[in-house]
Amino acid sequence: MIYPIPSGTRDVLPDETREVRAITDTLRGMFERNGYGEVYTPALEYESVLARGDMAEAQPAYRVFDETGAALVLRSDMTVPIARVVATRYPTAETPLRFCYFAHCYRGVRPQRGQPRELLQAGIELIGAPAPEGTAEALSVLCHALDATGLKDYRVGLGDASLFPALMAAIGVPEEQRPGLLEALARRDFVELGHRLAAAGLEGEAAELLLSLPQRRGGPEVLTGANAQVEEAAAGLRMVRDLLEPGVAKRIIFDLGLVRSIGYYTGAVFEVYDPALGAPIGGGGRYDDLLARFGRPLPAVGFALGIDRLHIALTGEERGTGALLAQPAGEQIA
Amino acid sequence: MSRASGLTIAVPRGALFGETVDILATLGMDTEELRENDRKLLFEEIGVITMRPSDVPTYVEAGAADVGITGKDVLLEQATRGSEDPTRREVYELLDLGYGRCTMVLASREGPDPAVEALRRLGVMRVATKYPRIAARHLEETGRQAEIVEVKGSVELAPLTGMVEAIVDLTATGTTLKENNLVVREELMVCTARLIANPVSHKLKAAAIDDLLERLRAA
Repeated sequence: MIYPIPSGTRDVLPDETREVRAITDTLRGMFERNGYGEVYTPALEYESVLARGDMAEAQPAYRVFDETGAALVLRSDMTVPIARVVATRYPTAETPLRFCYFAHCYRGVRPQRGQPRELLQAGIELIGAPAPEGTAEALSVLCHALDATGLKDYRVGLGDASLFPALMAAIGVPEEQRPGLLEALARRDFVELGHRLAAAGLEGEAAELLLSLPQRRGGPEVLTGANAQVEEAAAGLRMVRDLLEPGVAKRIIFDLGLVRSIGYYTGAVFEVYDPALGAPIGGGGRYDDLLARFGRPLPAVGFALGIDRLHIALTGEERGTGALLAQPAGEQIA
Repeated sequence: MSRASGLTIAVPRGALFGETVDILATLGMDTEELRENDRKLLFEEIGVITMRPSDVPTYVEAGAADVGITGKDVLLEQATRGSEDPTRREVYELLDLGYGRCTMVLASREGPDPAVEALRRLGVMRVATKYPRIAARHLEETGRQAEIVEVKGSVELAPLTGMVEAIVDLTATGTTLKENNLVVREELMVCTARLIANPVSHKLKAAAIDDLLERLRAA
């Protein structure tokens, strides 16, 4: 007799648990050493509370009703619950506040490798530390934590969520066209982006810029050539980079088209890539407006790593196999 | 590495194969073996893997290939609009290659449209297709109730046997439709070959992918 478990979930048995535990212990040690205290929050929250964050992307997949008829959801990330914790449990505490977490989150995704419906995330939230210093601290903690796990070939893509909206505003793209263009960019459907630009009556230099700028990615040189209209975002990214120690800076790939699909990001955003896996291992960014939605306006930044994905990448690097590793080497770390 | 591009490219067998190989040849790739050996799947020397078009997004999404070429029809069927769709493929669409031009159409038997009659009298039209998601989306967007019947082989057979009133299918010239006494009632979209990329490769192999893009634009 086979007793099934829900699609996208799985049991973790001792051999795997031991390996996962080694990874999370290492991460926890690094987080704690940097002053990030671990928190637990309920897996179930009131839907009306989590909805203060952004639920468009992190759409809760599981909803239940309690005995009073109130709608509860299984959390889809930890950033919004921690914003709630800060506003309600630390209403007057001095900032910055530093938290880390190891928690299962729940999403209505298509179950596939490294993309389950119940996923274990590890991450930090740094509340009350503005850009660029706060962003640089989060990136440093991220890289130190990954280094400690033994991951070797990872890179961190760094962009700015406000860059493309600022560019659209500067060029004078009609207000009603902007969400569609941003949506095409978020999917990195550059063919669709081109079609939409043409349909919006944008042509020549303006269209060329809107299409080419978000495809620029690489070393710091992609910032220097950046257009005047995005100078503010570019200058912000340069300031972040100037604050990074060399060991962290060498991991950074600037990506002017990086758009995290979660709507609460406001400034710098980042994603972690490793050649052993075809999908990002984690990511994060600034969410300077989110805390205000809970009544405590504070700038903030954080990141989350998918522990399963990190485990796959570590195993892939160790065996010299995995997605892109079977192929010619990626561009070397400078 | 002797690979021309430094990339692994997923190449579709089938209707897009000829023109795809031609374009790879213009990039200076040695495509002789690719043309001659239609059983071989992995051409390591030139960094090419071959597969059916609908598998291309699967391999590219997983990172088993850095980039791939497939039809927009495949992408639309697998990577629908909206990030909330749990079945969408996480691939980047970089370039419209222009060839392999086909039209996705809704067709039914000639004469008075049986689909219209079914919709009026029975409230539902039955539609056979190999593209259930594209078909369902189109009918939903145009406010019609439909029963989608997924078939794997010749779709034209379905309305001729009375199993359905209409079909949604891809057509290049319309010859097969005509031979089966079917007429195009609606054109849904034009589909061409697209270059897609793995999100991680797009970052870690940026220079190689941009170089390929530039050469494809110039080709």
